[in-house]
Amino acid sequence: MGGCRAAYAVAVDRAPETEPAIPTARRRPRGPMQKLQGIAVSSGIAIGEALVISNEGYYIARRLIPRDSVEGELQQFRRALEQVAAKIEGNRQQVDRELGEQYAAIFTAHLQLLRDPRLRDEVEAFIRERHYSPEYAVSTTLRRYVKLIQQMDNPYLAERANDLVDLEKALLSSLLGARHQGLADLAAPVIVFAHNLTPSETASLHRQFVLGFVTEVGGAGGHTAIVAKALEIPAIVGAGQFPGEVTGGGQVVIDGDEGLVILAPDEPTLEQYRRRADARRSRTQRLSASCDLPAQTTDGERISIQANIEFPEEAAICLERGAEGIGLYRTEFLYLGARQEPTEDEHFAAYTNVARTMGGRPVTIRTFDLGADKLGTGFEEKNPFLGLRSIRLSLRRLPLFRTQLRAILRASVEGNVRVMFPLVSTLSELRQARRLLADTMEDLQEEGLPFNRNLPVGMMVETPAAVVTLASFLPEVDFISIGTNDLIQYTLAVDRTNPEVGDLYSASEPAVLKLIEQSVAAASARDVPVSLCGQMSGSPLYVMLLIGLGLRSLSVPPSAVPEIKTVCRGVSARHCADVARRALSLEGAREVDAFLREELRKASPEHANC
Amino acid sequence: MAEVSRSVVVTIQNPQGLHLRPMDLFVKLASQFKSKVEVLRAGERVDGKSMLAMMTLAAVQGTQLRLEATGPDAEAALDALAALVARGFGEMNEDQVAPSNATRT
Repeated sequence: MGGCRAAYAVAVDRAPETEPAIPTARRRPRGPMQKLQGIAVSSGIAIGEALVISNEGYYIARRLIPRDSVEGELQQFRRALEQVAAKIEGNRQQVDRELGEQYAAIFTAHLQLLRDPRLRDEVEAFIRERHYSPEYAVSTTLRRYVKLIQQMDNPYLAERANDLVDLEKALLSSLLGARHQGLADLAAPVIVFAHNLTPSETASLHRQFVLGFVTEVGGAGGHTAIVAKALEIPAIVGAGQFPGEVTGGGQVVIDGDEGLVILAPDEPTLEQYRRRADARRSRTQRLSASCDLPAQTTDGERISIQANIEFPEEAAICLERGAEGIGLYRTEFLYLGARQEPTEDEHFAAYTNVARTMGGRPVTIRTFDLGADKLGTGFEEKNPFLGLRSIRLSLRRLPLFRTQLRAILRASVEGNVRVMFPLVSTLSELRQARRLLADTMEDLQEEGLPFNRNLPVGMMVETPAAVVTLASFLPEVDFISIGTNDLIQYTLAVDRTNPEVGDLYSASEPAVLKLIEQSVAAASARDVPVSLCGQMSGSPLYVMLLIGLGLRSLSVPPSAVPEIKTVCRGVSARHCADVARRALSLEGAREVDAFLREELRKASPEHANC
Repeated sequence: MAEVSRSVVVTIQNPQGLHLRPMDLFVKLASQFKSKVEVLRAGERVDGKSMLAMMTLAAVQGTQLRLEATGPDAEAALDALAALVARGFGEMNEDQVAPSNATRT
């Protein structure tokens, strides 16, 4: 037995003494032009220098530390261990409380991993003996184990490697969080190449420095894609594993329309893309020249075109595009990818930022619309879309909800703020949410904090249940907003991300149109303002129909504002009413689509291809 | 004090194999003893008191592992650890638990 006593240690030492794959910005001689195909998620052309970053959006450079700061760096590392342990312990207790001990066991195991003396010893040895920076020591140590696990080539163990990667990520976040070495600190314009970017990393990209980005993984429907589009940063996801030629410093072109990445472009290619980029710029300028004009139909009906946003940085873009307000401020980004639950002050800072940027224009903040899965309860639902999500989750997680409501109320004196509850399907949900809002107002009152007691309160109409019983909700809300994405999904019982049935998902289905008509009619009868948000409103194809159904307020993606306003200005409300009547009489989505396309072509020939 | 080295062969019983939770229980129990505890499988030898090291061990239901303890309380450590494995780390119903599957060497 003695002979193999040190087998493990030997195995570790035998691992090649090369550094783990840590991308660095190196200049390499230019090779021949090469193209990669990915998924186009955010249009536009970017030409610039590549910056390759590590998986988690940090540069884990091989940083050495001076001898006399070893003790300080050791302290840093130990603090990070404690911080991460505290966070895991917090998760453990919460899950234990809410779901039971067996679900919490995984966190207990992670804690044990974190407290492994071996981990501590190995990392500290790197810091003490080799003078590695703590983040580099952590990365080197954990990557070694990840590699060992991966070398065993056992799919059963893949999950385990992920556990270690998570741990590495948590430690690096803690270590680097304090040092601000993230993507947010770029100082020169680049095109970012990363294995993956989380939505929050994408959101923190500076538009002036990030010309575009390419990721190896990801899909068209991911949140990262949504953020890139919202920020109007040309982006390509799912480009597959980058070839060795992808290195920092080389010139690249990304074509966000075609999903094409061109490495080391030759001069004719570059010239062609420069011309396309110029043409795009002048088109944007042309549209934005008219974007401040009101969206008034030829017969004088004013249509209010507002914008949907995901995070505060977008508010400025909305103004540039001529949006008259924020019709839907989705607040999920405060939670997604965050290291911990956002604090009241973080909520407040975000809302205040948007409210101030928008001046006196309305800002409709939708309370969080998350599924239980996004809050990392470790509990898996069989049908998440029919499960604990949105307002249901808020009403179950009162402290979380109260934090958000407090922040919204506090921000209500900073601008024209309104609050809206998502996915309300019963009157009791609306009443519970309103009661909590009233309680929160009392709390703020007692604390002497200012807020707008007349804060307008609205609900999203996005379930058939809410539509058919809308009359009973209306006396208790100040406004409603029809959320078509969910309304279509729940009305047609179709998951549009399911390739087997995705083609059944259509805003043009007569059932959907009738529910929208019914909602607008009910709200108008009681003089409750009604708006419509969701992808349907951002498509020129539906503008005439929606005006014809009686809508006078639409909330659309910021980039669509100028175009939708232009369409509104070219049509008459009277004709739109005829269009809507006719559309409602048609049999199926296909007929409706064909009819609307034809009407749009007649009204606005430049939209012939919508 | 004399260094005592003992070993025992155990078979993983629970259907899900040696995943994180049982590993956690094993490491916690092993750490309660003074003796050095090591787990051997097909020529690999890992520190039984280290989660990190144990992570590199693939053991599904039916996998045989040799547990080796060296130190003053080696015997007691092996008894306790072998019993934990035999109980399926508390993840099995009583009737599934094998009476004893430890083979002394």
